[in-house]
Amino acid sequence: MSALLEITDLAADIDGKEILRGISLAVPKGEVHAIMGPNGSGKSTLSYVLAGREGYAVTGGTATLDGADLLAMEPEQRAAAGLFLAFQYPVELPGVGNANFLRTALNAQRRARGEAELDAGAFLRLARQELKRLAISDEMLKRNVNVGFSGGEKKRNEVLQMALLRPRLAILDETDSGLDIDALRIVAQGVNALRGPDFSALVITHYQRLLDHIVPDRVHVLAHGRIIRSGGPELAHELEASGYGEIVAKAAAA
Amino acid sequence: MNATAFLARFDNATIASPEARAAASVLREHGLPGMREEAWRATPLRGLYEADLDAPAAPVLPPVLAAFPAPRLVFADGRFAPALSAATDRMHVATGVAMLGLARPATDKLVALNTMLATDGATVEVAAGTDAGTLLLAHLATGATSHPRHAIRLGAGAKLTLVDYAGGQGAYFHNPVLEVALAPGATLTHLRIQDESEKSYHLATIYAEAAEGATYDSFLLARGAAIGRTEIHARLAGPRATAHLNAAQLLARSQHGDFTTVVRHDAPATISRQTVKTVLAGRAHGVFQGKIEVAPEGQKTDGYQMNQTLLLSPRAEISAKPQLEIYADDVKCSHGATVGELDAEQLFYLRSRGIPEAAARAILVRAFLAEALDPIAHEAARAWMETLIDPWWDNAR
Ligand SMILES: Nc1ncnc2c1ncn2[C@@H]1O[C@H](COP(=O)(O)OP(=O)(O)O)[C@@H](O)[C@H]1O
Ligand SMILES: [Mg+2]
Repeated sequence: MSALLEITDLAADIDGKEILRGISLAVPKGEVHAIMGPNGSGKSTLSYVLAGREGYAVTGGTATLDGADLLAMEPEQRAAAGLFLAFQYPVELPGVGNANFLRTALNAQRRARGEAELDAGAFLRLARQELKRLAISDEMLKRNVNVGFSGGEKKRNEVLQMALLRPRLAILDETDSGLDIDALRIVAQGVNALRGPDFSALVITHYQRLLDHIVPDRVHVLAHGRIIRSGGPELAHELEASGYGEIVAKAAAA
Repeated sequence: MNATAFLARFDNATIASPEARAAASVLREHGLPGMREEAWRATPLRGLYEADLDAPAAPVLPPVLAAFPAPRLVFADGRFAPALSAATDRMHVATGVAMLGLARPATDKLVALNTMLATDGATVEVAAGTDAGTLLLAHLATGATSHPRHAIRLGAGAKLTLVDYAGGQGAYFHNPVLEVALAPGATLTHLRIQDESEKSYHLATIYAEAAEGATYDSFLLARGAAIGRTEIHARLAGPRATAHLNAAQLLARSQHGDFTTVVRHDAPATISRQTVKTVLAGRAHGVFQGKIEVAPEGQKTDGYQMNQTLLLSPRAEISAKPQLEIYADDVKCSHGATVGELDAEQLFYLRSRGIPEAAARAILVRAFLAEALDPIAHEAARAWMETLIDPWWDNAR
């Protein structure tokens, strides 16, 4: 059986500059994989290319979600197909209420999948339940999306969206950065609550810390736009102990 | 056809009052607005002067008007339509032409045209200390030219929300003039919905005068007409009088929309606030001209004007002209302007959550308008406006 997310030799440029230089990666159904790597190695670029942000030229390779060609889809089609990206830097939307935003997103996906839409009451019940689980106050629904949110609130709002949208594949781009230990635990719980045979995740992180709470099935190290090593959860500990320097140097020498 | 030929259409009009005769002679001497006039440079009226206007037909009351929870005065092609109206006893209402002496037909040519040709209008008076609730004043046009003349007078401490709707079908010219006189402490909330036919011409002029502590709180939603213009002259005549002149214009295709304001701070500690939002698609042309004049008596004036434009197409165009004329030395007046496009990051963020591109754009357009719309406290009026804004993006090209 093929993996849920299957990336093969993926290469991408920004403004003619090669950023992703042949990435191959497979995340089977139900598995959580981590991507670690130094700053500037291309982690966010990979997540954006998969989510369909403009400004990247894919120069080679393929990416499929459950066999469907991701790269041929519009961003909203990728979302409806079950892909979710928790942004490293969530975007502020002044003038857009959070509750309205969440319900519009949820219903757009439900409609795209031929499911019935949720009315305001049903949505609110669902949202309250998830808010409680994530220790977010109801008041966050009334505010404008991410406007005036602290760094931690923004990240929690991303996890809230994930919890409501129930993706088949979540990509979390440094969702842990800037979080204190309590917030980190809540974020991890949000991910772990979704874990199961129909949920896969690609957890991008700089630190091993998050991976103590979300234990990955596999860890991949990304450097200079390539995956230079893959291994089990113990690889994260090895990196924590030795830093990226050694492993990157070794890969460069090879 | 030019302005002179256009004016000649009215050669046989009945000229009833001395005011109408005076206005007619102003027009004979000076004609209609032309490109050479500073106030009309950005809004040429050639399209109107050359227009082939339809013959008037029987108007139909749109269901949204019938359903609106307020008494209503409906005018059809410039004439009161009692059969389409619904009465109220919370204020004194009369029809016919009444003038409050605030309008200036000697200098404002379209007002001269209105003064010469007006045959009907609403006079609404709210007694001192009375909260008259909400009144819907609607104009439905089907053809030719209409020049309704309205007068609103609020006694001391009186309150009224006037929902002022203009719509219609076909090619016509609607040239309303509305005068507002507010006694001390009175508040008029004036919510205008300009949803005219896209083959029509809508040129409205409003004069509002606020005495001590009175508030003229106005908002315009304009999304109709081939050429639309709302010109507001607000005079803050007594201490601590306030004017809010907010507007949202949504223009597409080859529409032209102009919002022109003149606020005169003629008394101490008067306050004016203007939040003007223009959204332009297609080859639309938006105009905002906002003038704040502070007289020597206007010490401690607090004037603020913000004009923001969202360009949804590279072929759309905005002309903005803020003007401050200050003759008092202790005032706080500021204005600002921004012009921008939809934010690509915001658009991607919405789409990444599964919201289709067109819907994502509509959300961001609505968000852009939020600052101007959010202060509208009247739920039914705001809900009505939302139903006009929501689908706007669908055919805005
Ligand atoms: N919009 C952009 N324009 C030009 N270069 C970019 C842009 N975004 C990222 N880069 C470059 O691409 C490389 C990878 O960046 P990124 O994917 O953000 O790395 P990471 O997330 O691993 O820190 C870096 O060298 C960065 O400078
Ligand atoms: Mg990054």
